[in-house]
Amino acid sequence: MAAGFKTAEPLEYHRSFLKENCRPDGRELGEFRPTTLNIGSIGTADGSAMVKIGNTTVICGIKAELSAPPSDAPDKGYIVPNVDLPPLCSSRFRPGPPGEQAQAASQFIADVIDGSKIIKKEDLCIEKSKLCWVLYCDIMCLDYDGNVLDACIITLLAALKNTQIPKVTINKETDLAEVDIEHKRHLQINKHPVSSSFAVFDDTVLIVDPTAEEESLATSVITAVVDEDDQLCAFHKPGGSSLSAEKLQDCITRSVTRHREVGKLIDKVLESTKASK
Amino acid sequence: MDQIETGSGSVLREYGSEQNLLSKPDGSATFLQGDTSVLAGVYGPAEVKVNKEIYDRATLEVVVQPKVGMSSVRERAREQCVRETCEAVLLSTLHPRSSLTLILQVVHDDGSLLSCCLNAACMALMDAGLPMGRLFCGVTCAIDSDSQIITDPTAQQERESRALMTFAIDSKERNVLMSSTKGSFSVKELQQCIALSQKASEKIFQFYRDSVKRRYSKIL
Repeated sequence: MAAGFKTAEPLEYHRSFLKENCRPDGRELGEFRPTTLNIGSIGTADGSAMVKIGNTTVICGIKAELSAPPSDAPDKGYIVPNVDLPPLCSSRFRPGPPGEQAQAASQFIADVIDGSKIIKKEDLCIEKSKLCWVLYCDIMCLDYDGNVLDACIITLLAALKNTQIPKVTINKETDLAEVDIEHKRHLQINKHPVSSSFAVFDDTVLIVDPTAEEESLATSVITAVVDEDDQLCAFHKPGGSSLSAEKLQDCITRSVTRHREVGKLIDKVLESTKASK
Repeated sequence: MDQIETGSGSVLREYGSEQNLLSKPDGSATFLQGDTSVLAGVYGPAEVKVNKEIYDRATLEVVVQPKVGMSSVRERAREQCVRETCEAVLLSTLHPRSSLTLILQVVHDDGSLLSCCLNAACMALMDAGLPMGRLFCGVTCAIDSDSQIITDPTAQQERESRALMTFAIDSKERNVLMSSTKGSFSVKELQQCIALSQKASEKIFQFYRDSVKRRYSKIL
């Protein structure tokens, strides 16, 4: 009987739960789904990570390649993120060129990488105007159950922390690059941005970590990215119902709390991979 | 470059708009902010493709065409912001199984492009006579290296800034409808920028009211 009501009137179904301050999957309004993280699962990549927030599964693989630096920034390397939402993860995505959601997500991740200065691009430069590293970050969603942006940022951060790039020197005589695969170094990660997403229902109720159904019924979705100095790296609200100042402050406070939890999780996983080696 | 004081630090470049300048679209408008200029055209409510139709509301599509080159990922992100803002204000349930198409052509980009797109979009939607619950306007703020907040920055000021934020403010309660940010900033700076944007939006909404009054007073 409940299943019939849910299909016929999904909004009323969700409203009846929100009235009791809880959600259909039993969570509190301010509760995130259990988050699990796995590092280094892709052997052929220079760095990789997979994160699961509830059912949403996102994997990130990082490949480092050599290239000439861009002409307008000869002492910097570059990072190219790409978010892929394949038809595998959800029936709403059709095969073909990337849709708007995937492209907007890629742009969002690129802006967060630039804005948060997670990696200093100067560190990626090997020789000014001649050679630099390019990090291709491919983020793919395997199971779409809402809140993809949060998962993408966590998996990107964990994969970058896991990435090891070989030492490269330029032979003065031949002017060719010599890659020393035996000696690898980790990337210098300066900031640790963590994202938290919220959905607003009926312009009044704010819920944390929406599932796919909640996202489709919500009147507005907000994503806030916070780093360890409590600086905001992004406050993304692509339209929807208007947001009052108290709700805004509420979102930011919850993001800061979430940052602590995720930071601990990433550290714990990295410690365990180091210990196992 | 003329700048208009709106009181307590909120300064906007000289802005202007022209409506109903194109014959084919149902509504059209251009919006100028300093040297930044965007031309918007609206078609609708019109026939919708069956695969895109929504049974109880109109389907809104937004296309942002850059001045040079093909549209890329950056334009998609802008389209998403403009589309979701418009969907929040348009009474799309009055036109079920119809399509509304909004095309924004960038004529010149000298900073504050997203806010200029939003303003042009709102004026074009008004010109097309589409039913809206409230109006919206876009305001961009940049925080420079000295932590000074500049509203409506030029392209040069944007390049030198450490953070750039664009907000869409609604006309009823002056709340934030849309927020798109780049760079890092503190919570206090975010709140200050929102407050400045809300102040600046007063001038823009007054401008909308005056331009509509001027236009329709000739007809009546």
